[in-house]
Amino acid sequence: MDFHLSEEHRMVQNMVREFTQKEVIPVIKEWDRRQEMAPFILPRMAELGILGINIPVRYGGQGFDYLALGLVCEELEAADSTLRVVMSVHMGLNSMALLQWGTEEQKKKFLVPQAKGEKAACFGLTEPGAGSDVAGIKGTAKRVGDEYVLNGEKMWISLATKAQHALVVLRTAEDPHEGLTAFILELDRKGVKTGDIHGKLGMRAGSTGWISMTDVHIPAGNRLGEEGEGFKIAMSCLDNGRYTVAAGATGLIRACLEASVKYAHGRTAFNREIGQFQLVQQKIAYMVQSYEAARLLYLRAGWMKNQGERNTRETSLAKWFATDASFDAASEAIQVHGAYGFSDEYDVERYLRNSKGAVIYEGTSEIHQLMQAGYALGYREDADLRCELPSYDAEFWQAAG
Amino acid sequence: MKIAVFVKQVPDSAAKMAVDNGTVTWGEAPLVINPWDEYAVEAALVLAEKYGGEVSALSLGGESAKEALKHALAMGCGEAILISDPAIPSPDAGATARILAAAATKLGVYLAIFGKQAIDADTGLTAPMTARLLGWPSLTLVAAITQLDAVAKSIRVERGIEEGRQVVEGKLPAILSIGKDFGEPRYPSFMGIRKASKAEIPTWSLAELGIPAPEIKVSWPEIFSPPPREVSGDLITGDSAEEIASKLVDKLLAAGVL
Amino acid sequence: MAGNILAYVDHFKGRPLQASWEVVSAARKLAAEPDGRVTALIFGPEAEKMAQASIHYGADEALICEDASLADYRPEPIAALISKIGKEHQPDAIFFTTSTRGRELAAMVAIDLDSGVLPDVINIENQGGKLVATRPIYAGKLLAKVECRSKPQLLTLRVRAFGKPVEDSSRSGKVTKVATALGETQLATKVVDYATVEGRVSLGDAAIIVSGGRGTSNNLTLTPPAEITDEKQKEIWRAQQGFRMVGELAQVLGGALGASRAAVDAGYVPYDHQVGQTGKVVSPDLYVAVGISGAIQHLAGMRTSKVIVAINKDPDAPIFGVARYGVVGDLFEIVPALTKVLKERLHK
Repeated sequence: MDFHLSEEHRMVQNMVREFTQKEVIPVIKEWDRRQEMAPFILPRMAELGILGINIPVRYGGQGFDYLALGLVCEELEAADSTLRVVMSVHMGLNSMALLQWGTEEQKKKFLVPQAKGEKAACFGLTEPGAGSDVAGIKGTAKRVGDEYVLNGEKMWISLATKAQHALVVLRTAEDPHEGLTAFILELDRKGVKTGDIHGKLGMRAGSTGWISMTDVHIPAGNRLGEEGEGFKIAMSCLDNGRYTVAAGATGLIRACLEASVKYAHGRTAFNREIGQFQLVQQKIAYMVQSYEAARLLYLRAGWMKNQGERNTRETSLAKWFATDASFDAASEAIQVHGAYGFSDEYDVERYLRNSKGAVIYEGTSEIHQLMQAGYALGYREDADLRCELPSYDAEFWQAAG
Repeated sequence: MKIAVFVKQVPDSAAKMAVDNGTVTWGEAPLVINPWDEYAVEAALVLAEKYGGEVSALSLGGESAKEALKHALAMGCGEAILISDPAIPSPDAGATARILAAAATKLGVYLAIFGKQAIDADTGLTAPMTARLLGWPSLTLVAAITQLDAVAKSIRVERGIEEGRQVVEGKLPAILSIGKDFGEPRYPSFMGIRKASKAEIPTWSLAELGIPAPEIKVSWPEIFSPPPREVSGDLITGDSAEEIASKLVDKLLAAGVL
Repeated sequence: MAGNILAYVDHFKGRPLQASWEVVSAARKLAAEPDGRVTALIFGPEAEKMAQASIHYGADEALICEDASLADYRPEPIAALISKIGKEHQPDAIFFTTSTRGRELAAMVAIDLDSGVLPDVINIENQGGKLVATRPIYAGKLLAKVECRSKPQLLTLRVRAFGKPVEDSSRSGKVTKVATALGETQLATKVVDYATVEGRVSLGDAAIIVSGGRGTSNNLTLTPPAEITDEKQKEIWRAQQGFRMVGELAQVLGGALGASRAAVDAGYVPYDHQVGQTGKVVSPDLYVAVGISGAIQHLAGMRTSKVIVAINKDPDAPIFGVARYGVVGDLFEIVPALTKVLKERLHK
């Protein structure tokens, strides 16, 4: 078992770290204060190829593996969670779903421009009245001849106002689980309206919004998978979105740890640096433990994706652990900083506000607890999927096709 | 048209440096490509893109120098070569210049580019020394390259000097060293990273360069940590900005620095 | 005992650097023994005038050349001339300034004379004729004692590290004209133009430096003109007002304006004001850091200043760790107050 990262993985991680250190970290606090997404973020991530990092070259991507995606997410969130959210929705929830479930035609039409960064993508599952209760989705898609007509509201959608493509899950039949279907929606279609949601506790430098669909006509070719497969597709999307959240939260723990170590060396009290006090040391020790454990959990999940192994359980475990731990780490990091941690002069209060989002979205911590108990007690088993996430084959993925 | 760029592997600039039994140590800090050399690689790549040509990255060092070379490859250099020989464990600037001059000759380049200085020894001597050995114009501290004519064999640069900028025209082949004003170096691209990690980096020995081990002229009998600065900082306080300013000026006048 | 020392006088178009006199003066001290001789080398326009000054600062004689081929600075002909004189005079050492010109000249002469260079030294000991110099390495995190195994020993001296040069106008000495070593046709470069900033105190020479950091853009009470709508441009406008304020303080003190890397990267001031590891390394008598947090890379560029004053609203800013005097407060109140008080006290 080789726990070392390959040279390639290390270089990818370093490159993204350089990008965030030079271009993002110096300005992100300002954008967080303004509660606005910086206009340069998406274009720069597109330009650098980050938006297609783990999509095969033949589909417009950079041809790296799922581990690279995790490492990139760790680095992005160490700067600010909102950057990793871009990867969660554009790549995890949307692009990887196209890779897994899309027809060749759909991949050519939608995945290629997304992987190239020409189009940004988001994921429309949640509704004002349905979050954890996915089967409670009310938005509808009615088959009319060669088209579907979409009606409904989606809410808490990251990049709603910034993306051009959305993957939406709507009701095509009555049955709670078997009545859902997934669709690719171009957000410039007639009848689509989007807007931003403000006043969030955290993720303020990001874009969160709503999508409203009123009699939106889309060709039948925009349907992803079969009618009635929407629930299964949504769950598999979450396997990938959650993976990016787990990796990102790991980066957030690392950011809390580094900030705390730096402050513990720099601040003196009672004639010595506060790192000398045991209760400060304890907090830092727990951050180290959380960081290393979270890291191993998400890398293991990424490795399984590379192998083509079903990883719903392992990814859920990684997401639950890392996000809960990042919330604790951020709270303790503020404590280490004392009064200064309470001010936005330092980054740690922003880490805390951002971390709270991650324990809610992509499956609340409570949902994950139920999942893990379900697996352990034998109440829950993963059924095979009609389409599996492709395993990583270096030759195939790196070839121009 | 070939361009060479010389890079060095050095401890990260944020590293805590210490001396342990006469050897310099940098703890857990990583070895990185000399930051100034990234500007040199950027300049080489910009020139190759604009005027056509191949960029070869070279480094004089041990196996670890391959990391700096891989960074240069990932930024876009076409090839990388390590120069290594047990006969020259710690060359001084002059010895380094002799070796790099031989490499430039062997490659047959029309431009060889250095970073301003290496952040370990901080000498800034190697570029002009290499130019002198080759008999090529030395154009150091280049902030911009405004013209390059491969047919007329001339280059025009702006150099950053204390008093501002000096515009100099020189014949090719020439040696350049690049200052910071040149422009931010590009990140390694993902495709570049893939290429770099798969690349084979050949090693040239002194025999392959056709030169004997150069003499070392400068020796370092001692390396030590600087004595800690005795700073008793005084915080100046007061009820108004004017009061504070007044007190501070008093102190500065007493200290004789005004 | 270092018997004969050649001292290269660096200048820009006939205006000598203050550092050149420090070099001559240091050479004088080291060649102090009865037989010690210091010969100043001055090449370019106004060499004759500078020659007199060099003797006042400690040279025993001066060799000058005002040939047209040396009217603009080019390293090749000057190095060739220094090397020619070096071969003829066989000095124990040749001293240079650590300037953009001094360093590369020393490098080239070292190759010509098959010797070595001890660059940017801050201290020189004379150990029975062998010069042992101390120089900073790793951006000053460590120091090294270095020596050159061959003669002449070539050294470049760091500015302001060897004490104030003393001018003694009673001194006299011989000034001899020498011919160039290379003709114009043998030279492969040509100086085409200059873009210089006149009348500005250079960072390297300055005895007082006032530097501004990112904090200069924080004066939110200032309203940018209505035409500026972009947030980033507003920030730069505010910073420029802040830097104007910092510049006024520098002017009243007769000092140079410096900046942190953060301020330069943010576009507040041009790069030639940057102090720090990737900018200029300075060592003035007084360094005032305004709104600068004191990152390691900045400290590497100014920590050897004689007196450091820090003005910052963050009491935990690392700059206070190296400052002799610190003010925790709003720089937009402190700096104008300081300028006002200094105007009164220094009668300006």
